[in-house]
Amino acid sequence: MMASSYNAKEEDGHNSGASNNGGAGVVKSKKPDNTAFKQQRLPAWQPILTAGTVLPAFFVIGLIFIPIGIGLFVSSNNIKEFEIDYTGVDVNNPCYNCAKNFSWNSTTPCLCSVPFTLEQPFESNVFMYYGLSNFYQNHRRYVKSRDDSQLNGDQSALKNPSKECEPYRTSEGQPIAPCGAIANSLFNDTLELYYIDSNGTKNTIPLVKKGIAWWTDKHVKFRNPGGNNNLTVAFQGTSKPVNWRKPVYELDPSDPENNGFINEDFIVWMRTAALPTFRKLYRIIQKKSSTTPTLPSGKYLLDITYNYPVLSFDGRKRMILSTISWMGGKNPFLGIAYITVGSICFFLGVN
Amino acid sequence: MHEKERHVKANAQDYNDKFSYADNHIKTSKYNVLTFLPMNLFEQFQRVANAYFLVLLILQLIPEISSLSWFTTIVPLVLVLVITAVKDATDDYFRHKSDQQVNNRQSQVLIRGSMQSEKWMNIRVGDIIKIENNQFVAADILLLCSSEPYGLCYIETAELDGETNLKVRQSLTVTSDMGDIAKLMDFDGEVICEPPNNKLDRFTGTLYWRDNKYPLDNEKMLLRGCVLRNTEWCFGMVIFAGLQTKLMQNCGGTQFKRTSIDKLMNTLVLWIFAFLICMGVILAIGNTIWESWIGRNFQVFLPWNTFQSSAVFSGFLTFWSYIIILNTVVPISLYVSVEVLRLGHSYFINWDRRMYCSQTDTAAEARTTTLNEELGQVEFIFSDKTGTLTQNIMVFSKCSINGQTYGDVYDEFKQRVEITEKTACVDFSFNALCDRRFKFYDGSLVEAIKLEDPAAQEFFRLLALCHTVMSEEKSEGNLVYQAQSPDEGALVTAARNFGFVFRSRTPETITLCEMGRAVTYQLLAILDFNNVRKRMSVIVRNPQGQIKLYSKGADSIIFERLDPSSEDLMHTTSEHLSEFAGEGLRTLALAYKDLDEDYFDVWKKKLLFASTVIENRESQLDVLYEEIEQGLKLLGATAIEDKLQEGVPETITCLNLADIKIWVLTGDKLETAMNIGYSCNMLRDNMNEVFVISGHTLLEVQQQLRSAKEHILGLSRVGSAGDVEKADMFSDDSVFEESIIAEYALVINGHSLVHALEPQLEHVFLDLACLCKTVICCRVTPMQKAQVVELVKRHKRAITLAIGDGANDVSMIKTAHIGVGISGQEGMQAVLASDYSFAQFRYLRRLLLVHGRWSYFRMCNFLCYFFYKNFAFTLVHFWYGFFCGFSAQTVYDQWFITLFNIVYTSLPVLAMGLFDQDVNDQNSLRYPSLYKPGQQNLLFNKRQFFLCTLQGIGTSFLLFFIPYGAFTVIVKEDGSHFSDQQSFAVTIATSLVIVVSVQIGLDTHYWTAVNHLFIWGSLTVYFATLFAMQSNGIFGIFPSNFPFIGTARNCLSEKSVWLVILLTAVVCVVPGLAVSFLRVDLFPTLTDKVRHLQQSRKRQGPQEQSLRRVRRTSSRRSAYAFSHQQGYGELITSGKNMRMSTVSSARSPERTPQSSTWIENILQKKNEVSDEITAQTAAAH
Repeated sequence: MMASSYNAKEEDGHNSGASNNGGAGVVKSKKPDNTAFKQQRLPAWQPILTAGTVLPAFFVIGLIFIPIGIGLFVSSNNIKEFEIDYTGVDVNNPCYNCAKNFSWNSTTPCLCSVPFTLEQPFESNVFMYYGLSNFYQNHRRYVKSRDDSQLNGDQSALKNPSKECEPYRTSEGQPIAPCGAIANSLFNDTLELYYIDSNGTKNTIPLVKKGIAWWTDKHVKFRNPGGNNNLTVAFQGTSKPVNWRKPVYELDPSDPENNGFINEDFIVWMRTAALPTFRKLYRIIQKKSSTTPTLPSGKYLLDITYNYPVLSFDGRKRMILSTISWMGGKNPFLGIAYITVGSICFFLGVN
Repeated sequence: MHEKERHVKANAQDYNDKFSYADNHIKTSKYNVLTFLPMNLFEQFQRVANAYFLVLLILQLIPEISSLSWFTTIVPLVLVLVITAVKDATDDYFRHKSDQQVNNRQSQVLIRGSMQSEKWMNIRVGDIIKIENNQFVAADILLLCSSEPYGLCYIETAELDGETNLKVRQSLTVTSDMGDIAKLMDFDGEVICEPPNNKLDRFTGTLYWRDNKYPLDNEKMLLRGCVLRNTEWCFGMVIFAGLQTKLMQNCGGTQFKRTSIDKLMNTLVLWIFAFLICMGVILAIGNTIWESWIGRNFQVFLPWNTFQSSAVFSGFLTFWSYIIILNTVVPISLYVSVEVLRLGHSYFINWDRRMYCSQTDTAAEARTTTLNEELGQVEFIFSDKTGTLTQNIMVFSKCSINGQTYGDVYDEFKQRVEITEKTACVDFSFNALCDRRFKFYDGSLVEAIKLEDPAAQEFFRLLALCHTVMSEEKSEGNLVYQAQSPDEGALVTAARNFGFVFRSRTPETITLCEMGRAVTYQLLAILDFNNVRKRMSVIVRNPQGQIKLYSKGADSIIFERLDPSSEDLMHTTSEHLSEFAGEGLRTLALAYKDLDEDYFDVWKKKLLFASTVIENRESQLDVLYEEIEQGLKLLGATAIEDKLQEGVPETITCLNLADIKIWVLTGDKLETAMNIGYSCNMLRDNMNEVFVISGHTLLEVQQQLRSAKEHILGLSRVGSAGDVEKADMFSDDSVFEESIIAEYALVINGHSLVHALEPQLEHVFLDLACLCKTVICCRVTPMQKAQVVELVKRHKRAITLAIGDGANDVSMIKTAHIGVGISGQEGMQAVLASDYSFAQFRYLRRLLLVHGRWSYFRMCNFLCYFFYKNFAFTLVHFWYGFFCGFSAQTVYDQWFITLFNIVYTSLPVLAMGLFDQDVNDQNSLRYPSLYKPGQQNLLFNKRQFFLCTLQGIGTSFLLFFIPYGAFTVIVKEDGSHFSDQQSFAVTIATSLVIVVSVQIGLDTHYWTAVNHLFIWGSLTVYFATLFAMQSNGIFGIFPSNFPFIGTARNCLSEKSVWLVILLTAVVCVVPGLAVSFLRVDLFPTLTDKVRHLQQSRKRQGPQEQSLRRVRRTSSRRSAYAFSHQQGYGELITSGKNMRMSTVSSARSPERTPQSSTWIENILQKKNEVSDEITAQTAAAH
């Protein structure tokens, strides 16, 4: 450091000499530019927290939040929802036997019927959900156990799935399609709904099984390898997931637009839930005419093909029927939260 | 091996090689091409943060625990490492270059019988080298002979000790005639001397030559860094070379400076790491429990990995996975951003026009970019005097002749006029020999001279005769004076311009040109100056044959020796002197005496006799001088201005108001230093006591320090009788310090400082010094300066700043937390060693109070916000852990995690960190008290850190649980479910980005266009990226990397999602807003008050400050021209130095306007501020 100073001094001398001799060349001043930016004088808005600004803000927040909260609360209360647990934990539950005697190897599906009564008619379109509890679809190892390339119809990924799919990557020497723990644990109970009219006859309620998945998932994210024609060929050389009873190309043989990877039940399952208690859309019950309710009040029967074991890990299965409003399904939390926050802000503002 | 004694033999390379002394090669660089990479990486990974990220990176490469892709860490880490490495490499390259340049400088070396040009680095101990006029001395050499008689030579030691006056060195008589090469070849003397050390003013050794012993001292040494002046050439023998020279030994090691915030940040990183481990452990335990209660059964759908034998092992892996996920609490971008901010602040310093000096065309420069926020925390300033506080220019400013003062300018209303650049100068054109750079403003003095007023004539005749200045006339009328002290130069130059031109001298005569007539005086005797006499006299015989004694000296000394007839005049003059001294001028009284021929003859004989005796010669001479310097007739007095740098007193007052303690450390004499202390308002007459410590032994110093301390403590105990109990309660002095109202000052001499700095006294010294308002250390060596700084640094936990301009300040500049160099002057060493440089001391005020304060404020806000933001961002994972089986599943998309800190939230906080201003610059300067929070470290400390992390944790809690509450049962408007993980991620991420953007908006005090652009821009970029990364196109290209396809579209088109986001944002922000509003409203700080004031003032428009000149009222008188040295009279009368070859030109005494002071205004304002503010805020409410 010290040493370097000498030459600096010498150089200074040289420089000044040169510039003096040069004469003609204008020596550029080192004076900094007088710009607002460099002098830190940029025009600026300088807000200050004062009683005059903060309190009205609170007041306004309160005024906005309370009506929203009331609106949410009211519309949430207007939504009709019916929920029934059919896990079969209890001896009295019709599905008790099915749950009790579950075996992966059984070839004949176990059937059970759960009767229930709707006290009030469901007027508009009704959505039928299945709900699972204590089911960790959000576990890290579970979440990453899939191959999006394979699901997108990529041929190489079909034959050679990602390592993330382990231990559901290959079975009997063949790659599994669709691979991974998520696909392997596909919810495969079948639910059917009957209306028992006053005569006691079972009227099948038509359940629409398309339109339950997101458009983007159905049309972009999931694609069958080699298009939708002849899936049997396309999936040749792959194996079905271990837990499945049938291969992926037989999920809905009746409708090629709903078969293979683009089967909507499958797509819905593959969109993993954020929390261990969740519900997923299963079927839609369309409103038929404007005069009759979609589901009139009365007795119903839910027929279940009981394929899906949850008792071993203390899980629960539910069937939910619900109507929806402008803000989605029944959700008292938001309404209450809005009213609470709005009131607090309002009082802060008033004081 | 430690060297005990040095043996050097001239012209005997083989002999000297045995000892393997350091050669003259200098190396300041750190790396070479090969060592750069390993050394630099090693250094970089010594930073806690870098090492931490390296560990994380390694963890992420293990697939079993990798919960995040490796690129989230490696990209930023590599970026940081590369940028730092490039910076280090460039720095080192320049050091290499400068080393090379110095090492390759040419010098004349005697090799094998001839002078050969040799590079500096090849010079070895024992070589004989030749130095020519105006050349730097290459190493520490023993002077053998020179072109001047008696082996004299002149050197300038500005680079060493900052003193610009010439110093004389004289060789041993036996070697002084070795002026030719043959004799030098034969010289085979051996020097045995002390080992290398850093004492610039001491050297002990012996020369053994031809069976004789010759003692050597510092007067025979030329040290590296000196410049040879007025001497054609000289020869010397190299004693110390390269790193062992006294100059390099004084350098001290280059220390890597870190700011206290840096250190705090390192501590905090460790804390956070501990916190991470805690959370990791909690979650790992959770995982173990979960796996053994639930996971074990859930194996139907999620089997355990093959290697995962037990739940405990799974917990162990989860621990590491969580460490990886949670690492974003201290993202690397923090360090990058901090560097960017500091760089930006440095540029603002460089760009500041108010710190630009037009005279020297130098702008302020932040040479180190890493210390800016520390500028806002300075508590101690250590300042050099010469060149820093003063310009080292002496100007003949006023005089009093025969009871009449000259020098002030009055207008037609008899009002004193401020002297500025524009004031008309007196026209000296009548005098062909005048110095055109000399300026004087009072025309009446010239009138008096022209009217041949005898008193005025005699006054200037005295000034022209009574001095030890050497003159050289290069061409007719072009006179150059070589003065031994700048004071003398100023006086002789004044005489010259008023028509009494000192032209030349011989040992027996002095030739003047009096009003155009050449007059030669016979010089009969010089009664030289010394520190005890404090006066000097000459006895001359004028052409008329009269013998006259002319005397000048300290007023008190001269007044004692006056003839009774001068008594009236003495009173008037005394009044004038008080007036001069009150303005901080250095005064001298002038007197003369007519001598009787016979009396003088007798005296002369006595003198001759006395000067030949061996014993007690000094005292005998003193008695004789005393005898003749009696019954003097007073002529008048001169007042010399030791020109302060512009605005020094104002700056010091202002900094004092900001609770910054200023210590002056100077190599000057006690009197000079005190004089400057008075003139720049550090010492005041109304101070209770000025303690002067000048003991020579440890005991004396201890005694003096103790009694001074007791005096202070005792007095204040008495003074505040009511507080006695309180004072006793706090036995700690530092607490007690606060309660001392009385003002004290401490002045300590260099030789006393040596003892005061010893371990057993340093505490007493430090305590005492801290009790005093002002501390002045004089006669200190460069190393002592550093020691003083070190002492304060070690014991006070305060930020220190050292400011200086010369090489003698380098060690202090390097030692202090912040070193400031005064640039634009001659030497560059201080600047090169400094962290900040500018041209004038007064810019220090702006640097600290504006830039430092802003930097600190911005940095603290930045850090608070950054920690808040990252805690809010990261801890969501922690809460999520409880709902995902503690599986280290991330809440967000990986891309969001990668981009959050770099893209989505980096720019707004940078804009805040760069542009935010709580109070504008005028008000920062106006209310120096605003600086205090920085010194007390209030804006960012462990408590603040705790609070902002707490806020972050709270926000993360709300960010998670509000969507959680909503998402348990949420469905889309078309009935399809979307309580899925990806929608959850997008909702929380969007809420987070909005919450932190709103929060930065609330934290920003100064919304410039850039802030608007960055904040709104970041939000836009967030949404744009969100949609782009979840678009069909990018998914089509990389299906496995972008699994979030379509989530944003589906999710953000839902009203309920927006309601969740709105709720989350409001709930997260409102509590913080309410708290800070209540704080401002109920417990406003000074800053808040000034902000209110500033806003209400804005409407009224800027107010002009009335400036008025404050006259310092001081009864203090300055004594003799203090930088004077003894012994020159003898040199002149002996004629030894009569062959002056070249004379370096004196620097132009450019007159810079003494800016009017408004110290009183400031002092008053201190009290006014609070009143004013209370009134204003009351009005605002």
